[in-house]
Amino acid sequence: MAHVSDQIAEDILGYLQSHETKSLLRFITCGSVDDGKSTLIGRLLYESKMIFEDQLAALEADSKRVGTQGQEIDFALLVDGLAAEREQGITIDVAYRFFSTDRRKFIVADTPGHEQYTRNMATGASTADVAILMIDARKGILTQTRRHSFIVSLLGIRHVVLAINKLDLVDYDRAVYDEIVEAYGEFAEPLNFASVTPIPMSALRGDNITDKSGKTPWYNGPTLMAYLETVEVADGAEDRPFRMPVQWVNRPDLDFRGFSGMIAGGTIRPGDAIKSLPSSKESTVRSIATFNGELDRAVAGQSVTITLNDEIDISRGDVLCAADDPAPAADQFQAHILWMNEQEMLPGRTYLMKIGATTAQATVAAPKYAIDVNTMEHLAAKTLELNGIGVCNLNLDRTIAFDPYTENRDMGGFILIDRLSNETVGVGMIDFALRRASNIHRQALVVDKDARAELKGQKPVMLWFTGLSGSGKSTIANALEQKLLAMGRHTTILDGDNVRHGLNKDLGFTDADRVENIRRVSEVGKLMVEAGLITLVSFISPFRSERRMARQMLEDDEFVEVHVDTPLEVAEERDVKGLYKKARKGEIKNFTGIDSPYEAPLEPEIRLATTDMTPDEAADQLLAFLREKGYLA
Amino acid sequence: MTDLTHLQRLEAEAIHIFREVVAETENPAMLYSIGKDSAVLLHVARKAFWPSPPPFPLVHVDTTWKFRAMYDFRARMAEESGMELIVHTNEDGVKQGIGPFTHGSGVHTDIMKTVALKQALDTYKYDAAFGGARRDEEKSRAKERIFSFRTAAHRWDPKNQRPELWKLYNARKAPGESIRVFPLSNWTELDIWQYIYLEDIPIVPLYYSAMRPVVERDGTLIMIDDPDRMVLHEGEIVQEKMVRFRTLGCWPLTGAVESEATTLPDIIQEMLLTTTSERQGRMIDHDAAASMEKKKQEGYF
Repeated sequence: MAHVSDQIAEDILGYLQSHETKSLLRFITCGSVDDGKSTLIGRLLYESKMIFEDQLAALEADSKRVGTQGQEIDFALLVDGLAAEREQGITIDVAYRFFSTDRRKFIVADTPGHEQYTRNMATGASTADVAILMIDARKGILTQTRRHSFIVSLLGIRHVVLAINKLDLVDYDRAVYDEIVEAYGEFAEPLNFASVTPIPMSALRGDNITDKSGKTPWYNGPTLMAYLETVEVADGAEDRPFRMPVQWVNRPDLDFRGFSGMIAGGTIRPGDAIKSLPSSKESTVRSIATFNGELDRAVAGQSVTITLNDEIDISRGDVLCAADDPAPAADQFQAHILWMNEQEMLPGRTYLMKIGATTAQATVAAPKYAIDVNTMEHLAAKTLELNGIGVCNLNLDRTIAFDPYTENRDMGGFILIDRLSNETVGVGMIDFALRRASNIHRQALVVDKDARAELKGQKPVMLWFTGLSGSGKSTIANALEQKLLAMGRHTTILDGDNVRHGLNKDLGFTDADRVENIRRVSEVGKLMVEAGLITLVSFISPFRSERRMARQMLEDDEFVEVHVDTPLEVAEERDVKGLYKKARKGEIKNFTGIDSPYEAPLEPEIRLATTDMTPDEAADQLLAFLREKGYLA
Repeated sequence: MTDLTHLQRLEAEAIHIFREVVAETENPAMLYSIGKDSAVLLHVARKAFWPSPPPFPLVHVDTTWKFRAMYDFRARMAEESGMELIVHTNEDGVKQGIGPFTHGSGVHTDIMKTVALKQALDTYKYDAAFGGARRDEEKSRAKERIFSFRTAAHRWDPKNQRPELWKLYNARKAPGESIRVFPLSNWTELDIWQYIYLEDIPIVPLYYSAMRPVVERDGTLIMIDDPDRMVLHEGEIVQEKMVRFRTLGCWPLTGAVESEATTLPDIIQEMLLTTTSERQGRMIDHDAAASMEKKKQEGYF
């Protein structure tokens, strides 16, 4: 390398020893190219001597050829072939860069570009201990400074460097610097940073980057590098209560049963009492077993395997906690959610929620409010779009151990996964548990579903008719109900149009409203089934995941999906209600089949090809099915 | 107050990643290339699951042109780790007589390495494969996720990567899709060497300098590992030189460097004082037109 300390050449063993004890600091740089962010990162790489001679020679040549600094070295060119990659149409969202000094190794999360900035910044910030906020001294605090500060604070970064850059362009004027520092202090007050460290600098000229600048004699603080090398970020992680999500149960033979995971908080020693959540079973630590022998203690950030003195049932996803200070457990939460997918969040839909080593099913309610990232104002919202941030309640299918995100990032941060596409669609940070769940106890029922069904001499079932508008759902359902009534059966119909006139008249036709529409109907239908009725539900219900939600509310044999399979051309040709014509003219928005998708069932219990049969024949086919499966016995 | 060192943190992160993959995928495997990064990867894997052996096999995609010392080392490490060793060679390529001397590095690498890797993944139906790649190696790696998805056709889509926050990895995938997992993503070359030194991890002796028979070809020193298969060009003279290797691959494609480094500290010292970046000894990267990114999109690890 180009600028190497003489120690490497003269005393390699001493060098290695000093590098063994280095700590690690992860930070994120926030700002746009115009603020000199690339120049700053390039400068840090250069000053920490991470550049090979061949790279340096290329840099000098490139600087003269395409650089923006005349004959000087253009450090921005070092950071990336970004420009070249952009030309190739390749988007860089988050790139990680590495450098080290004698005291620390650094991992920089670099999130270039403006597109998707919120999402990418949050990703980079999630693992960072420190954020460097770039400010152009000529421009002062801009909207983007506010936005970056808010995201940094939301993701729980406690230490911020206010890098007041390009000071050379304002003649190193102290008044400019002081004004920015004061304005930022006022703005950042509610963001609760543990420390804000302003540093006057010129990344381009190298002022206050590694060496104190002679141009800012009025500044007594650290240089950027000195700050990064010494800032204390541990925040007492090992003094917090012990937490370890169990990732894997290690069972090589009958004599060894260990619980493997990374410690998410606190310290553990052999003999310590632990409680496993959510089961609340207790034991004490027998050993902390590692490849290099048993440990006397282990702290937050270490990956370990713990054995216990009692045989208690623990599996992946459980959390080992300090017995005298266990994590709370709950199944309903309020959380800040940041949406990361092109498809908006659908309140009412069930997503997979991964938190620690647990994956639960979580239903997200409509946002209480969304937050404008630029002004931090609270806005009314029905959903969250890509890059949207809001506060929502979540309802899980099980109880999980957690800590609020502000207390423990690894115990309170979660991702949301779409169950069909498997994409990570959103991320969240738990604020607190809702007490509602523990206060509303389910009423134990004396007369149950079976008793009601027995009285009626039938097996209750929900027949879910799905298909395009005009496919014949309601017509067939009506025909079937007439036949059942004639046989003395007890039935009811929930019809899409009718329900929208009453129960669901507050809902429109956006994707989010469609999901809520189906959720309500599923709940009502479930009550009908519990009343012992043969329940016919006739709804377009275009999305697979909502039909699946309805299915999951009922017992296995209580849900029968009926696909009324009429091709779009045929339904449009019939156009009983004249709706297709209007949709084609653009008078109706979000019309299924025209400008809103219909996801046909993959494995319906029954498929009715209406082009080959009359509604009466279709009803007969359904009747035969119900008889055969014993619903009418 | 215990401030964990950077190597302790990197190790803990890698162990965490190994355990997540084993817990969340059906049929994982470790791609084992026998080099120094693989040595570290294997070592961390053994730590992650100890006292159990790592619950997945080592898979070596064998081009049949590796150094003999690498084959010896492979057998030794499989034995020591107690893991199953699966060696896969593209037999069609062998039948066609594909080799670096006859077909050049581009064709050889594509057929005996990239195609062979896809064959191995398809044959054994691995849904997750660990690799030792690092983000500091090359530009397209800097933005690659730790859990990197591949379509059923093994393609990587750099524009459609899943967000990775905190320590939460989304390992869900559709049937046929697979994940390449890089537990050493955040390590640098210096970290790798320092860790090998600290943990006393065995590495192939070719990394240490010794007198070896070499010829100079296109400005690179090629070691004659198998005299029967070596094709000498006119005017080339075999000389004994004190050389070592910075990276290991197929012997006809891997350049040696003249060096006096016979111990690990020597090697680290040499690496720190060297003036050219690591991959220069690897001829595959010199094929200018095919960037690493393109190779990766096509299924190269």
